[in-house]
Amino acid sequence: MKRYEMISIGAGPAGLAGAIEAAKRGVQVVVFDENDRPGGQLFKQIHKFFGSYEHFARIRGFNIGKQLLEEANRLGVEVFLNAVVIGVYEGLVLNVMMNNSIIEHVRAEKILVATGASENMIPFPGWTLPGVIGAGAAQTMANIHGIRPGNKILMVGSGNVGLVVSYQLLQAGCNVAAIIDAAPQIGGYGVHAAKVARYGVPFYMSHTIKAAHGKQRVEGATVIEVDKNWRPVPGTEKDFDVDTICLAVGLNPMTQLLRMSKCKMVYEPVLGGYVPAHDINQETSIPGIYAAGDVSGIEEASTAIIEGRIAGLSIAHSLGYMDTEDFLREREEQLRNLKGLRSGGHGEARGSAKEHLIQALEG
Amino acid sequence: MRIEEHPILGKFEKGRKVKFTFDGKTLEGFEGEPIAVALRSNGVMIHRYTSKRNEPRGVFCAIGRCTDCVMIVNGVPNVRTCIEPLKEGMVVETQRGKGSIKEPE
Repeated sequence: MKRYEMISIGAGPAGLAGAIEAAKRGVQVVVFDENDRPGGQLFKQIHKFFGSYEHFARIRGFNIGKQLLEEANRLGVEVFLNAVVIGVYEGLVLNVMMNNSIIEHVRAEKILVATGASENMIPFPGWTLPGVIGAGAAQTMANIHGIRPGNKILMVGSGNVGLVVSYQLLQAGCNVAAIIDAAPQIGGYGVHAAKVARYGVPFYMSHTIKAAHGKQRVEGATVIEVDKNWRPVPGTEKDFDVDTICLAVGLNPMTQLLRMSKCKMVYEPVLGGYVPAHDINQETSIPGIYAAGDVSGIEEASTAIIEGRIAGLSIAHSLGYMDTEDFLREREEQLRNLKGLRSGGHGEARGSAKEHLIQALEG
Repeated sequence: MRIEEHPILGKFEKGRKVKFTFDGKTLEGFEGEPIAVALRSNGVMIHRYTSKRNEPRGVFCAIGRCTDCVMIVNGVPNVRTCIEPLKEGMVVETQRGKGSIKEPE
């Protein structure tokens, strides 16, 4: 069985940042990722990140991905692609399916689970038709593969994903017919909403999707207003001539490996559902298993990077590669960055939900 | 459907142009891009029909997670076409139901 000091599961922002931080101090690190390219979802983020994060302010997501990869390479972090971690067992043993052919058995002294999140969906008549896609799927097609997912788009959901993807679909040359949301207010940041509004995209708040039309593929959609109890109001239907319906209705943490390792899980709706209780170092209830990024609660790429760094620092410290004084000083700086990102309405709610996770571990 | 010139990303780097077949028809795509992208650029939306109700399915998540887009590729069923790279001469077929694995000869 191969042995490593640290294994990161997931080569997205959290997994890479953790690997980098640990490798910088001399920890022997490998990263496994199930995809055939590293970076997680960073390479489809073509918008600039906000100024609240001192190191990555105003840099486009894909450039952050490039920076992380370059740094990981420079430090000799080995990233295995097409490497699916299919099991985690007692004693920090993993089974990894490599290149869809062989299963390797590996052991680590510390594991950082940074498996990210997957998109939610909502069911409605016609929701399985070709042409109903995740907003992330639209983003992948347009920004990674250079193809428009459709010509006329209905965006369901006005959170940041819905807003950002709508704007990026406009940049890709698509027509966005409308953005709808069952909530009475726009969910995402005003900056993003203003960008699509300037293009003349109408917003229908307190509206949900009633049906997608078409026999073999999407040929249209009907939306309907909802009252303050979220019930559809008959007679308020509106039809849209669209060929694509994008669902931007939230994300859920991909916690399979954490649950398999029997980490204590806590239900935190603000963070996307069941997430692992973890301490201030991102370590879960299972000693040696850390979690960072969306898998430990849905936030943003910038918070994922910092959580990854904190985990990496803690791993380096606990393996004896950092003295306590340096560790505490550097962790303090990262915790301060994290606090900065968890300000404002949504940020504060996430921050206090994160506090619950820490309390849940102690309690 | 292809984006020729993107305002942020410019031109997309693609592999060489290759031919493949979809249900017997010869189509073109770029080597290394996901099969689903090559199909989409040729206007193909339906990847399979479900086993019980014979309903059409296509791409949903585009990152290899949901398995809605699986097809028969070179005789192998249940291939996730949104992440499987296109190669010259691939034989891509619409999948009906769960598909079956051929016995090796």
